Amino acid sequence: MQNIEIDARGPRFSAALTTVVLALALVTGSAWVATIQAVVFAIGAINGPQFTPYAFIYRTLIKPRLKSQLRTEDVRPPQFAQSIGLLFALVALVGSATGAPVVFTIAIAAALAAAFLNATFDFCLGCQIYLLLARLRSN
Amino acid sequence: MKSLVPLLIVLAAATAFGIWFQRTRGEFRRKKTINGPRMTPDQIGSPLGARVTMVQFSSAFCSPCRATRVLLEQMVQTMPDVTYAHVDAESNLELVRQLNILSTPTTLFLNRDGVEVGRAMGTPKRTQVFAAVAAVH
Repeated sequence: MQNIEIDARGPRFSAALTTVVLALALVTGSAWVATIQAVVFAIGAINGPQFTPYAFIYRTLIKPRLKSQLRTEDVRPPQFAQSIGLLFALVALVGSATGAPVVFTIAIAAALAAAFLNATFDFCLGCQIYLLLARLRSN
Repeated sequence: MKSLVPLLIVLAAATAFGIWFQRTRGEFRRKKTINGPRMTPDQIGSPLGARVTMVQFSSAFCSPCRATRVLLEQMVQTMPDVTYAHVDAESNLELVRQLNILSTPTTLFLNRDGVEVGRAMGTPKRTQVFAAVAAVH
């Protein structure tokens, strides 16, 4: 498998933006805001986190202003995190569409917690859950 | 505008978890009793160290795994009685279950007999690695 390397600061910025958008979704309960985030997650999960609108904002507005040294990382960990985010966003949208606001709130809260931890503590979701999923799958 | 309460709960809980998480990463946790299975050079894919073997379990969706590997590979160069072994967790799920590895990177510290003395989850600091190696008898 070919390993694509991306600027490691990009996903961190995207996580910060994701945190803001999901916080907005949580406070307003708006399915529209959640849908926007779900689309971003989908692009990140399918095409890669370097192709989302957030990554575009990072490249054009943030990156030229950064002085810190470029650090690259394998694209697979953030891409994995995007697919988990997509999963939660879809659960939230199903909850919203079926008149279950509690499902919406819990799913958005979970995605928000992960994005917030990623942005503030560099939390790596794949590190914590991928092996557990692999263990479950092979049971 | 609905309620800010759920947001505040999530942020408070995540912050508390994040602080705990960051503090405990890389920390050497000694096993209470050293009675685990003996790991063989066959299982870990490299010979056991004269005194200590560090066995790192990694997975593909794990950025800190690479940093940990770089650090440990570099550190064993200066420690003649310590060896380093790298195991891909996903292709060794049997071993992962047996050793109860839950997240990556997890580094096991084995004594000269190949028995686990303790482990560290997450990327350890240089000083934490030295302390862990010194704690193996």
